Amino acid sequence: MSSAIGTEDLKIVGSRPLRPDGVDKVTGRARYGADVSLPGQLIGKVLRSPHPHARILAIDTSLALALPGVKAVVTRDDFPDMPDEYAAAGELTINYRDVTRNMMAREKVLYDGHPVAAVAAISESVAREALKLIKVDYQVLPHVIDVREAMRPDAPLLHEAQYTEGVSPKPDKPSNIAKRLEFSRGDVAAGFARAEVIVEREFNTQPVHQGYIEPQACLASTTEDGQVELWTSTQGHFMFRAQCAKLLQMEVSRIRVTPTEIGGGFGGKNNIYNEPLAIVLSRKSHRPVKMVMSREEVFRATGPTSGGNVKVRLGATKDGRITAAFAELNFQAGAYPGSSVAPASMCAFTRYDLDNVRVIGHDVTCNRPKVAAYRAPGAPIAAFAVESAIDELAGKLAIDPIEFRLKNAAREGTQTYYGPKLGTIGYVETLEAARAHPHYRAPLGPDQGRGVATGFWFNIGGETSATVNINEDGTVALMHGTLDVAGGSRAAMAMMVAEELGIPFEQVRPIVGDTAVLGFNFITAGSRGTFAGGMACVTAARQAIDRLRTRVAAIREVPVEAVIWKDGQARPAEGSAIRFEPMSLAQIARLAGKTGGTIAGHAEINAQGAGPGFGTHIVDVAVDRETGAIRVLRYTAVQDVGRAIHPAYVEGQLQGGVAQGIGWALNEEYVYGADGVLQNPGFLDYRIPVASDLPYIDTVLVEVPNPNHPYGVRGCGEVPIIAPLAAIANAVSHALGIRLCDLPLSPPRVARAIADRPA
Amino acid sequence: MARISLSSGLALYTGGETAIELEVGNVRQLFAALGERYPELASRLETEIAVAIDGEIYQDALLQKIAGASEVFLFPKIAGG
Repeated sequence: MSSAIGTEDLKIVGSRPLRPDGVDKVTGRARYGADVSLPGQLIGKVLRSPHPHARILAIDTSLALALPGVKAVVTRDDFPDMPDEYAAAGELTINYRDVTRNMMAREKVLYDGHPVAAVAAISESVAREALKLIKVDYQVLPHVIDVREAMRPDAPLLHEAQYTEGVSPKPDKPSNIAKRLEFSRGDVAAGFARAEVIVEREFNTQPVHQGYIEPQACLASTTEDGQVELWTSTQGHFMFRAQCAKLLQMEVSRIRVTPTEIGGGFGGKNNIYNEPLAIVLSRKSHRPVKMVMSREEVFRATGPTSGGNVKVRLGATKDGRITAAFAELNFQAGAYPGSSVAPASMCAFTRYDLDNVRVIGHDVTCNRPKVAAYRAPGAPIAAFAVESAIDELAGKLAIDPIEFRLKNAAREGTQTYYGPKLGTIGYVETLEAARAHPHYRAPLGPDQGRGVATGFWFNIGGETSATVNINEDGTVALMHGTLDVAGGSRAAMAMMVAEELGIPFEQVRPIVGDTAVLGFNFITAGSRGTFAGGMACVTAARQAIDRLRTRVAAIREVPVEAVIWKDGQARPAEGSAIRFEPMSLAQIARLAGKTGGTIAGHAEINAQGAGPGFGTHIVDVAVDRETGAIRVLRYTAVQDVGRAIHPAYVEGQLQGGVAQGIGWALNEEYVYGADGVLQNPGFLDYRIPVASDLPYIDTVLVEVPNPNHPYGVRGCGEVPIIAPLAAIANAVSHALGIRLCDLPLSPPRVARAIADRPA
Repeated sequence: MARISLSSGLALYTGGETAIELEVGNVRQLFAALGERYPELASRLETEIAVAIDGEIYQDALLQKIAGASEVFLFPKIAGG
């Protein structure tokens, strides 16, 4: 989209007004998924598998159905089976055959927590009692949790008909390796032959959960004529509608989805879980059905991100030029294929201008919950490995780690190894800003170390719609279809529309439209919210302005070409001989009803031209050599954000991503027992960072505008979680003089590494 | 003729070819031509593939124009969290 506006013209974009949803959220008025209720509603609960892998021989629900207060029970028999059918759904392509089995197990359960039945009852206590009365006859099967074990030929097999895709000729035996992929460029063997220094390491990360504070929650109401209303906490209400319609074999028009406020998603609310169950329970009971997950259910049954095993080999000349790069990424997909190994493979080395690259990826099924997206899916895992190896290589060459990255940095026009050349990017600018930051030169104390790492994410656009309604007093109702996933994008949308219309920000009231009032919107994922949503809002505002100009031309009886829009008014065009009395937005609005009707602007676009994002992070840590505990002392995140519409909320995105990355690096992990059962499904034992664990996270916003967006926006929500894992690992390695390659860097693991260090 | 490059991972479905020249006017025509030439690739084109035309990335943009001398890359679609 062209018609970019220069910084000097801006009055609202770049300022820091209060978010329109702020008061509701700090006073408790905001309605999240669990806050929505209807008269006569029932409570739905799910019976989950206690086994990580078992064949379902029989399910008997008769006793549960006979319990007073139970109004409906559903099992696999209440949902149509689905053939293989693929669709885009936020992270990668989903297969509806797998989606219906993940929502409600059919032939087998594939992880501890896999749904096998659900009930709707007059209260939660009755529903829980009913779950105890459902008898499931299981044939327990051997299970596999670890990705490396799952890749072995003799590993317990999850899917008997799964043959590794991407291998030629087609294998003759099924495997847990669902897919092999490869990206390559140049001659890697020759590149390594030219190298004077080589670093080769193997890294491991654990699956981590998105850790959104609000568990999944929904309310469904199905009428006797088959109309469905669904309220749910989601990152994509249109996609939820599409998936429910597909799984339940309904027409899309019969389902209306209203998104509630969302208490965090980070990719974890791209996928349906309870929604189809609630709809069918409501259909069977003729009552609205509300389903709210417990935290334990969230951990056991919703998607974390993959755990990964990554092998990296890097070679360079003594003057600091990388000659070859190789990586093998083995990612857990969980119970069904579809990890983030493809994007991880594509961004593993994209920060660098390399002639010789080879990346191999494996998507591996194992007896864990099906993974979901998590901020820049897969990229933090790949960057942990590659940026650790880059740091070690820089150390071996005795080159400053930022200088080493600058010597090899990707720039505009750099040919990527996965496909296109990079457009206008700001990677070098983030490296230079980090190098110039006082943090980078601050002295360190004993047992302290400093780490640097960088991140890259593609960012996306996608289908998006918006409506700008000019109210009768000249204020504006803005309706957009990209959800505000708590980052403050509503404020950004309103700011761009106010900027276009030339009116105060406070006169634009933004709301997220439900699926009945706007055209299709893709999930708010891939850092597309403010980029694509903003593009749609600006397009709608400009259409409204064109209609305002046309209306004023008719009212003033002048040609429309003689009317321009400036500072919230329709005015005579500069230099035009045709003069007339300007009209403000409020004046036009007051006359609208009597001069042709209300005025609005609409946009239904498929946004293209998302600008890639790059970031450079610096962190200082202190290591307690006795306990292995690590304290983050100082953190600085530098990122090219294109242009920050609302800088405070962009800074918040960076700080939030860093906080999550610190948790991933230091503490978070799923702990399974030998029985394949998750042992830490709660925030007491699965430790995300709290405020006292974190220093102030300083941010530096570098602005290299995206030329494809009217305000230069680049997505900014995913890049900041990519670098922290490697930055912290590099800092700890420098503090200790030991390269640590397995996350999390929890006190026991660090203490063990210190104890095992050769004398 | 537009110069078409396929990411190396797609070579599995093209008999090893990753660079060809085609006379196509838009992405839909490109997919049709590629699908005809590489039947194993056909079913993946609209669901799994993104296209970069002269450095700009397009996803789900069948009507996007491709100029005669364009440089076109095909690679896996990108999404996110």
